[in-house]
Formats: sequence, structure tokens, C-alpha cells
Amino acid sequence: MRTTHPTAPPAPGRRAFLAGGLAALGLGLAGCGPADTVLSGRRRLRQWNLFTGGDGARMVQMHEDYRREHPDIDFEPATFLWGNPFYTKFAMGAAGGRAFDIATLHVSRIRGMGAGTLIDPVPTDLLAEHGITRDTVLANVWDKCTVDGELYAIPLDTHLVVTYYNREVCERAGVLQADGTLTPTSGEDAFFDVLAAVREVTGQYGIAMDTTQPWRQFWSLYRQLGGEMTFDGDLVMDDDKALRSLDFLRRVSAEGLAPKASDAPGTPANFQNGICGLMWAGNWEIATFADAGMDFGMRPFPDVYGAELGQGDSHCFVLPHRRAPDDAAVAAAVEYAAWMLKHSITWAGGGHTPAYLPVTRGDDYAALEPQSEYRHAAADVQFDPEAWFSGSAAPLQNEANAVMSGVHNGSVTPETALELFKAAARKLLDTPEPV
Amino acid sequence: MSPSTATGRAAGAPAAAPAPRPARPARPGRRRASLAGLWFVLPFAALFAVFLVWPMLAGLWTSFTDRSLASPGADFVGLANWREMLGDSAVWQSLWTTLVFTAISTPPLVAIALAMALLTNRAAAGLGWFLRLSYFAPFLLPVAVVALIWEWMYQPGFGMVNGLLTAAGLAEVAWLTDQNTVLAAIAITTVWWTVGFNFLLYLAALQGIPSYVYEAAALDGAGPWQRFTRITLPLLRRTTGLIVLLQIVASLKLFDQAYIMTNGSGGPGYAARPAIGYIFEAGFTGLRVGYASAISYLLFAVIVAVSLVQFRLFSRKGETA
Repeated sequence: MRTTHPTAPPAPGRRAFLAGGLAALGLGLAGCGPADTVLSGRRRLRQWNLFTGGDGARMVQMHEDYRREHPDIDFEPATFLWGNPFYTKFAMGAAGGRAFDIATLHVSRIRGMGAGTLIDPVPTDLLAEHGITRDTVLANVWDKCTVDGELYAIPLDTHLVVTYYNREVCERAGVLQADGTLTPTSGEDAFFDVLAAVREVTGQYGIAMDTTQPWRQFWSLYRQLGGEMTFDGDLVMDDDKALRSLDFLRRVSAEGLAPKASDAPGTPANFQNGICGLMWAGNWEIATFADAGMDFGMRPFPDVYGAELGQGDSHCFVLPHRRAPDDAAVAAAVEYAAWMLKHSITWAGGGHTPAYLPVTRGDDYAALEPQSEYRHAAADVQFDPEAWFSGSAAPLQNEANAVMSGVHNGSVTPETALELFKAAARKLLDTPEPV
Repeated sequence: MSPSTATGRAAGAPAAAPAPRPARPARPGRRRASLAGLWFVLPFAALFAVFLVWPMLAGLWTSFTDRSLASPGADFVGLANWREMLGDSAVWQSLWTTLVFTAISTPPLVAIALAMALLTNRAAAGLGWFLRLSYFAPFLLPVAVVALIWEWMYQPGFGMVNGLLTAAGLAEVAWLTDQNTVLAAIAITTVWWTVGFNFLLYLAALQGIPSYVYEAAALDGAGPWQRFTRITLPLLRRTTGLIVLLQIVASLKLFDQAYIMTNGSGGPGYAARPAIGYIFEAGFTGLRVGYASAISYLLFAVIVAVSLVQFRLFSRKGETA
């Protein structure tokens, strides 16, 4: 009816509409302000994490137990997609200074994510009250969490690239020991012999590895050769050792022992389909094959150039910088982190090796198969070189993967790949640090 | 644009017709009408200003600062970002990737859409709905689903595409992991995914061509090919112009399928990292929002330039037709 007079709508209607709109806007803005403990009387604890896979399911399980034991805490976890999507939100949330109370992070990203600016130091005395000290967690990881003498993160686990083996295929290839585990090898030739024997059985390939992300393999091999990489003013690395590592990647594909092309979803599929009998991949893929009911085992990254060293990283808990200090919130966050460390036997089910030593030294963990087969590798995990642009899902890995993936399919020689990598790394070094 | 001016003229005509004699009473009414119109326009104008004009100006300003995602303040750095951008080979490589993608994806997206529309338009009544549905269906899928389907189809060793190739006696192609094929593979996926929209526009235009034009031509002895080139194509010219313009702009904005199908890596040697991919990396992986803003303005300038050229070409043709 009124719509027939669009030129003169009743004024009160319009005012009412505007007033209503303003009121709604005001309500919406008011909703932005946190009312920490006002409404519920319980302490609110907001946790941000990046676990969406099999490890995410285990974290949810642990959080249910945590809630049951902490009825006085209003616990609010939030899960974001791994990698850039998480780190972007982390940086923005921490810059705001009040988005969350505790978050998970990769230890390799502590520097890049602003230790001291976005991330506050962890009160070690408070942590010690809960029994978490340098003596009760993996010392190598604890030291990685320390920047300029201050502890900036509470390590939860270690995860690294390991060798998966298909037990049935490997048995037929004669590369298993009497107890059914993969025979350890030493040296490049011995490893190539194993791959050749496995290929005889599969008829296609010996091993699968993600050729679109060769950084993990490259860094493992480079570190086995004793290669160093530093970014103090200029990039310093050992060209001969890098070339040898890259040539390994070229050779393993060129000789048909590994696929020339196998991307992130394709690699576990190749292993599961029996196209190859071995696979190099992160230990977190464990759930995929366990769920598929595969008969498989896991070993540390093999000794190709002198030691069983594998590239890896650690998940840790960090406390964001707060605009307004809140000791009670920090205490609750530290207590939560300590609780998670002590109950990380559940976490170990997802393949990550817990950093808390009483857990990994316990009988429950020793009984976990195949996790206990590679547990000693965690003490020697090879972290990425230190720079603000290095670490998990950081620019250096992206650059390395883009230039090195061509080595596998032969489109780029190891020499060219190294030159391109060095140019990309120097460019990152010239980029102003954003944090 | 043209519909709004047409209705504006139509609405103005009745008001203007009685105006010459009783000039007085017409004026206030008109003013009240335009005032009321203002209120109708206001919600859109407000949203337009808040979510388009303001972010664009803020983005332009950001490109002159060293703003980081991870720190609250930002300092004015003048043209430093722009200067860095001009010397950054990754910017030009990614822009080139975007242009190559546009060049290889637009022609098939227009030609195949036209072919499918012609087929559907001629199809028997019982088959028409089926063709319309099946040609348009991929367009309804979310990008993540499309990327996932094709990522598995392109897999070497066990993927369907390579399975067909080997069955036909051809060699396998490492579609997504070979520097030379990854962009083409993404273009093929994009054609499959979005051609349905262009198809729909063409089909609507075809159904708007009166059948008596064809009958008259047939009576004059024009064969099917002549009817297609002399009647169908000229009458579709405006639609083609629209489709080409929309398609070029859409292709220049390539990002999501390329990002997902290369698992965020940009492909081997960054062969499938489009301009927006590099903007994303600079701004969100590298946290350098100021620098990313500068690059996004460069891309914006390219899109505006290409659209203007294309628009001029087709509007001139439209006038002569």
C-alpha cells in the first residue's frame, strides 16, 4: 500500500529505520569488545592452532580431556588451515594484542613471527612449577626455542621426514631384517641397491618422494654431508655439498628409481598403491596408511652421506604479546601448555614425537608401532637455517621448492638449480624484514 | 550501463511531455522524486564507498608505505615500493604468466561456448534441457572441488588423463609438475569449469534471433554456412563483445585454481604463479602489505588498459552494425 507512494514515504518510518540501523551497528560494535570473565565467572582461554589432519583429530581429543579436568576454564580453541592461512592470521592477531591467549607455532618460525615483538617470552619459573624445564624436554628443541637467552616457546613435539616402507614389498625384495623392520643402510651405493631391489618387486619404482617440494630431502642430504647455511649479512653455503645433494635427487629420478613427478597428494597415493615400496615423507602421514589398513613400518631418514639425519621442525606453544598485561591469563595459558605436554602420549598417535621426555621414555610410547621405530631421530632433527624468511611454509622453502623441483624431471641441472636458489635467497636477504 | 540510461529516458519522457504548459506544478514533484531516488541510491552508494572506493584509496596510500601485516604502524616510504617493483623480475614473470594464461584460455572459452550454444539451440526439444544442464553443471562446482578433481585426473601413473594417453599409445605427460605444461593444464581445467557461463549468454542471445530471418535467408538460397556467417555471427556480435570482455577480465584475475592445483607452490619454476599469486605471496607469506599493494595497482592498471582497448574495439563495431 505504502509502496505505491515511493516519493513520500512516512518520515517516522525512515527515522525508525535509521535509528534501528544505528542501534544494530552499536550492538555489533559492542560485541567486538571481549568480556573476559564477566559473564561466565570462568576464566576464558583462547587457543589458536593449525592442525586440520590426523593430528588435529588428536588435539580435539586431548582438548576434551583438558576441559573435563578444568571445569573452571572456558576453553575456546580455534583451528585454522596449515601454512600461510594460519601464519597470516597469527601475525595479524598477535599484532592486535588481544586476539588469543596461546597459539601453536613451528619452532622454525619463532624469529620470523616476531620473538620479542609479537611473541612474549615464556615465564620459565612458572613453567618449572609444572615440571617443564630444559631437563624434561628434548634439549635440542628447547635451545631452538631460546632467542637471545629468553625462552619464547614451549615445545610440544618434533616432526621430521622419515622413511616409510611397505612391509610386504620389502620382504619380497629381501631388504627386511629378521624382526620385520627395514635393514638400515649406510652410504649412497647401499641405499641405491635397496631401491633397485625394491623396484624389482614393484616393477615400477623403488621410492616415492614429493618432487614438487624437494626442500626436505635436499636439506636432509645437505646436512648429512655437514653442509651449513647462514644469512649473516650474506648467504654462506657449501656449493659442492649442495650440488652433491641435488645430484642425488637428479640421479634417483633419472635412473627410474623414483618418479620424475609426484606431487603432494600423489606421493602418499603412489606409496599406498604399491607403485613403490618406500617413501620419504613427513611422519604425519602415518594416519593415512594406518586408516587404510596397510602393513607398513617407518625408519629414520636413511644414512646416505654419513648419518641418519632428517629435516624437520617442532610444534610449540607461544604466548602472544599482550597490549594490557594479564598475569592470570598467562598463568592459565602456561598451565594449559604444561598439561598438553604431559598428556602428549595421545599426540604421539599422530606420528609426531613428543618433546616431553617422560612420555617418550615411558612404556606406553615404546609400545606404539611404528612410532617407536624412529623416535631416536627426533634428538637429531635438522631444523631449517635461521632467518626471518626460513622455516615451515616460509618464503625460503617456497623458493627452494620452485627451483629444485625441476631437478627431478631433468628440466633443470643441479648447477642451474643451485644458482637460481642462491639468487632467490639473496633476494630474500635484501628484502626488508616485515616484523 | 545501457539499461539504466534507457529507463532514465523512459522515465523522463512522461514528466517532460506535460512540462511546457504547467511549468510550475511539475517542478516540485520532480525534485521530490529525485530526492526520494537519492534515498534509494544511498544504501548502495554507502556500501560502494565503504567497500570499494575507500579500500581502493587506502590501498593506493598503502603502496607508498612500508606497512607490514605484523606491526601496527607504517611509515611513508615514497616511491620505494614502486621502484622495487619495477626491478623485481618475479613481478614481471608473474604478470607475463597471467597474460599468457589470458591469451590461451580466452579463445577456447569463447569458441567452445558458441559451439555448445549452437548445438543446444538446434537440439531436439527432449534433449535441450539435458545439454543445458550438463554444459552448465561444472560452473556450479566450487573451485576447490574442481581443482581436486583435475589434480587427480592429471596424476602421472594412475590419473585418468594419462591413462587415456597411454591407452592411445602416447607418452605420459607430467601435467602439473612440468614447467612447460602446468599453465596449459590449468587453462584446460578452467575452460571445463567456466565455459558454461559463456555458453548460457550465447544461448540466450541465439534464442533472441527471430526465426523469420533464417527463413528469409533460406528462401534466398543461403546455405547453412552462409546463414551462420552472415546472420548468426553478426547478430551475436554484441554478445560476443560482452563475453570476450568478461572473459578477459576473469582470466586476468587468475588465482584460486592455479594456487590450489600447485598446492600453493606456484608450480615448477613458478611457471603457474599468476600476478595475484605473487601479490598474495608478497602480502601474506612475506607480510609486506605495502609492497603487495603496489603490485596490485600495477595489475589493476593492466586490467583497466586491456578492458579499455577491448571495449573500444567492440563498441566501434557495434555502432557500424
